Amino acid sequence: MTETTTAPLLSIRNLVTEFRTESGIVRAVKGVDLDIESGQTVAVVGESGSGKSVTSLSVMRLLAKGVGSITDGTILFRGRDGQVRDLVQEPETAMRRIRGNEISMIFQEPMTSLNPTQKVGAQIAEAAELHQGLSHRQAWARAVEMLSLVDIPEPERRAQVYPHQMSGGMRQRVMIAMALACNPALLIADEPTTALDVTVQLQILELMRRLQREIGMGILFITHNLGVVAEIADKVAVMYGGRIVETAAVQDLFDRPSHPYTRGLLASLPTVDHAARAAGEVARLRAIPGNVVDPRNPPAGCDFNPRCAWAIEACRAAVPPMLPVEPGHATRCIRWSELDG
Amino acid sequence: MSLGYVIRRLLGAIPLLLGISLILFTIIHLAPGGPLDMYLENPAVSREALDQIAKAYGLDQPVPVQYFLWLKSILVGDWGYSIRTGRPVLTEIVLRLGPTLELGGLALLLSLAIAIPLGIISASRRGSKLDTTVTLASFAGISIPVFWMALLLQLFFSVQMGWLPSAGYKSIGGGDFADRLSHIVMPAAVLSLATVASWSRFIRSGMVDVLNQDYIRTAYAKGRSERGVLLLHALRNAMIPAVTVIAVDFGTVISGAVITETVFAWPGIGRLFMESMDGRDYPMLMGLMMMGSLGIIIANIVADFAYAALDPRIRYG
Repeated sequence: MTETTTAPLLSIRNLVTEFRTESGIVRAVKGVDLDIESGQTVAVVGESGSGKSVTSLSVMRLLAKGVGSITDGTILFRGRDGQVRDLVQEPETAMRRIRGNEISMIFQEPMTSLNPTQKVGAQIAEAAELHQGLSHRQAWARAVEMLSLVDIPEPERRAQVYPHQMSGGMRQRVMIAMALACNPALLIADEPTTALDVTVQLQILELMRRLQREIGMGILFITHNLGVVAEIADKVAVMYGGRIVETAAVQDLFDRPSHPYTRGLLASLPTVDHAARAAGEVARLRAIPGNVVDPRNPPAGCDFNPRCAWAIEACRAAVPPMLPVEPGHATRCIRWSELDG
Repeated sequence: MSLGYVIRRLLGAIPLLLGISLILFTIIHLAPGGPLDMYLENPAVSREALDQIAKAYGLDQPVPVQYFLWLKSILVGDWGYSIRTGRPVLTEIVLRLGPTLELGGLALLLSLAIAIPLGIISASRRGSKLDTTVTLASFAGISIPVFWMALLLQLFFSVQMGWLPSAGYKSIGGGDFADRLSHIVMPAAVLSLATVASWSRFIRSGMVDVLNQDYIRTAYAKGRSERGVLLLHALRNAMIPAVTVIAVDFGTVISGAVITETVFAWPGIGRLFMESMDGRDYPMLMGLMMMGSLGIIIANIVADFAYAALDPRIRYG
């Protein structure tokens, strides 16, 4: 524990997380560095299997017991009291005081992430009761307050219903209300809009932005959707094969993608080419060739080299280091300066 | 979940009970012998007297006619008379119901108190030595024949150690709480063995399913301890599938444990059934089996209500 107030809210250094599987030990996260400041939204983008969700579960220390474990690195978190703690070393009882209180998490599936046999009000009140020492009645009042904060109409009545009586968007609002019940310093959102309709997605993103302004929390936003990233993030980290391959301010990433994988992701976004449509051509989506890394059998050198059009011999020789592109923008590609040529 | 629903369910049970009664009546009469056979070799009972008794009980009629006679009287609430004792069937059953409810009730409470914690601990420590031990013990519990287990207990606790009476409801002249307790312990333990074994398996598998659900992760993410997650979030959801099995077992145990009551000479419904079987006491057997069927049907309705109480997604109209 060190006394400092200038440290970032969350500072992950060289995080390594491994899973024990039937075919041996699989390294899902291979040395991730990431900083989040208060009030900042950092998006971690990647395909399934890139290690983005495992990174977020590592911060919460919610990896499946006996299966997943953090084997190296530090996760420094500055708590409300200004103390910086390494979450990797914290005992489980201390983590329980942090979870749902100083660091909260919302999940991808609002349909299955709420307990079907408890009223939503009780599920929101639970965290407030656990961490803030509120009485049952006070915690319920807090739950109603939270429901109105996330724009759920008739919050007194809605607190009394069960999850199955709500729509997916409503349930995700409940999840957010639950996560924010104790005014956390950090909110981890693991694909919170993926399971929702596009119009509802936008509403949820706007809600999260508004609440961030009001509460001032940092957000770690996990997604595979670059459209959502553009909507909400200040900073982006692109993950591939368990490593961060490019990190930049959101505008810089879209303006100047400096890793072949990031370029592939951006190129695979659907766009409407009006000239081509007028000429009667059918627009095609451009996919990245090949498959995601098999974590049990990763390629030598750069994880992306088997799928990369720019790969050369040196890419297979060693994992490239993070190379600076411009201030606040770095890439794990040795040929980044040649990509435009 | 309304009174109307219960009434509809009970009305729906009427054709079921009719079908059951027809099958049971047929099967009983397929068994060789009859209620009066034991008097055939008795020189003190004349042929004429036997014919007269047969006539009085309607045993001289063809089986289909006997069935409809039985049906006609049961529909007006007349359960008939025991051929063996001559007393009304209903009176006999009510007399034996008390001891059976005592024994069955204790066995069921014991089963719940043991099976639920076992299932929870087993599921939360999946694959551990404890889980493996409980699994093996459960299979043993399901596989061991009840009469054999009963004999083993009697041999050890009564014959060798002399700690417990080997059989009976109470001592002659005794009957205080301690005396009754010493008599009920062994039969209740034997009776709960199989239910503990099977219920703990069902609760374990229900818990294992539930513990993999997303909302369990949500509960941990809120800062709940493992104990809190297991008891406050997982158990209720895990009990939903187990309720069916538990409810039907309730019905079965309450309708009398034939083997356990016979081995321990327990004066309950189960032993009455055994005695009535031996004596081919047709009206008594029909009465007992219709009671048992009704018990299981009611247990199933209770199970439906337990579902609705546990799971707010289920509503009956």
